[in-house]
Amino acid sequence: MGPSSPLLHLGPIGITATVATTWGVMLVLTLVAVLITRRLRVESPGLLQSAAEGIVLTIRKAIDDVVPDRSTQLLPFVGTLWLFIAAANLAGVVPGVQSPTGDLSTTSALALIVFLSVHWFGIRTDGLRGYLRHYLSPSPILLPFHLISELTRTVALAMRLFGNIMSLEMAALLVLLVAGFLVPVPLLMLHIVEALVQAYIFGMLALVYIGGALQVRESSVESQQGDNPS
Amino acid sequence: MNLSWIVLASTVVAALAIALGTVLPALAMGKAIAQALDSLARQPEAERSITRTLFIGLAMIESLAIYTLVIVLIILFRNPLLEYVLK
Repeated sequence: MGPSSPLLHLGPIGITATVATTWGVMLVLTLVAVLITRRLRVESPGLLQSAAEGIVLTIRKAIDDVVPDRSTQLLPFVGTLWLFIAAANLAGVVPGVQSPTGDLSTTSALALIVFLSVHWFGIRTDGLRGYLRHYLSPSPILLPFHLISELTRTVALAMRLFGNIMSLEMAALLVLLVAGFLVPVPLLMLHIVEALVQAYIFGMLALVYIGGALQVRESSVESQQGDNPS
Repeated sequence: MNLSWIVLASTVVAALAIALGTVLPALAMGKAIAQALDSLARQPEAERSITRTLFIGLAMIESLAIYTLVIVLIILFRNPLLEYVLK
């Protein structure tokens, strides 16, 4: 049974294993978040609260390193990407569950969200005219290259995550077929490492793209100051 | 007869493609890591940004190998050109 054959039908829409696993991951993440934030205390925080604060602070620091002073604005989106993709990748380690990110549809959807949010954040900070002007800088001749790079980096974002996770699962399956019981365990350990690394890279690339859209104004101001020093 | 030639050709091509497609990105990754280690030894205080840039670069290089893998899997399992032969 492939990941894209529907498990059950809701009217005309088929619910595939990918969608079911995605919902499961979302449910688990939401439940954990609700459980952790139910009793927050400033003095003598509990073990879970300290762990959650550590995760949030690490994410915030990573964002601050790439895009300074924007972590409050970007934390919800990039942090959600990181946590969701890490959880979705790690779901493949659970027996009988396939990673939702091993399906090209999921990764395309994630890449599409990143593609749209780059423009969203860019237009919100620079205004429509200011944002569109950066496509014409440094020279209008480069407009096609800007457009092509927007397209290819989105495709590459989806392809990278899908290819990595799909090939990991396929390699584990092949080793299981050839060698048998307990032999693919090292591959599963590699799966855990690779799942976290790929989640990190996806979120980091999204962050870099958003940062590129946000720093349009700052870099243009800097270049103007560089042109005529006062 | 015709079909077995196609099976042979696609297997050989797939093996060659995945070999080249892993060797060349591996060379590129080795170069990138060597340079990163070199600059880390010179400037250990810039560790964070070097590591971050290295990771992003490695991801970019790695995706080249992944493209090859996807193409090889298409050749082996879902070759769209087989339709014309079987017709």
